[in-house]
Amino acid sequence: MNPELRGRVFPPAPPYLVGREKVREFARATASTSPLSVDVEAARAAGHADLVAPPTFPVVVQEATLAQLLAEPDAGIDFARVVHGEQRFSYSRPVVAGDELTATLTVTAVKALGGNAMVTASSEMVDASGEHVVTAVSTLVVRGDDA
Amino acid sequence: MSALEVGTVVAEKTYAVSRDSLVRYAGASGDFNPIHYRDDVAASVGLPGVLAHGMLTMGTAVQPVVEWLDGAGDDGGVIGWVSDYQVRFTRPVVVDPETGAEIVVTATVARVDPEAGTVRVDLTVASGGQTVLGKAQVVVTLA
Repeated sequence: MNPELRGRVFPPAPPYLVGREKVREFARATASTSPLSVDVEAARAAGHADLVAPPTFPVVVQEATLAQLLAEPDAGIDFARVVHGEQRFSYSRPVVAGDELTATLTVTAVKALGGNAMVTASSEMVDASGEHVVTAVSTLVVRGDDA
Repeated sequence: MSALEVGTVVAEKTYAVSRDSLVRYAGASGDFNPIHYRDDVAASVGLPGVLAHGMLTMGTAVQPVVEWLDGAGDDGGVIGWVSDYQVRFTRPVVVDPETGAEIVVTATVARVDPEAGTVRVDLTVASGGQTVLGKAQVVVTLA
């Protein structure tokens, strides 16, 4: 992998509009039982503007930014050899339906580890007013030729 | 709220994961990597079988905490929200086409920070008797 990737900032991905039905679909797919993710009245009663997305929902938004990284011509990342090593979501506020999120990816670390390489990519997501909502950080392990 | 002491187990839950769950998660998340639904592709890259998406395991493992937060208030209401959540993927979850797999989650209070108004809850997440997530930590911001 190209060590010069470290510090590279990619252009913002096109804005992602968080839809109610997408929140419901994602909640169901992750075994959520939270009424706040399916029942608008329950979400509003708890002080939210609309349905609350489950904690790992931003992975849907992050996808487009990771695709930018994997498609980078000089990155040297073979998708078939990529394994997900670590994941983190750090929030300023919950994601709710109606949010329009714009994600910008920064490569924060590139490391060699044995025969493998590790790349850490941070996708910072802001809402339509430019306020920070959540940062999704992925560490990908790219297995070496022998692994 | 009186249960917020370090060491308190706030939730324990077992989830059944089937091939159907994987297809549903692929659609919901947009992750259509075939190692999560095709035995032949999984075998061709040397895997022991079709694997659950790591993000499905991560997304499911936090649900007992969300469930607890939703109903732990004195009036049965919401006491907080998940403001930070991290995991390491240490071992894959192999999902048998007939019998599926089980994900067993235990959520324990690890740290209480009254000044910040946060509680850290650590998760142990196992499948088939082996731990599948490491350093699985949930930070809850109290409402």
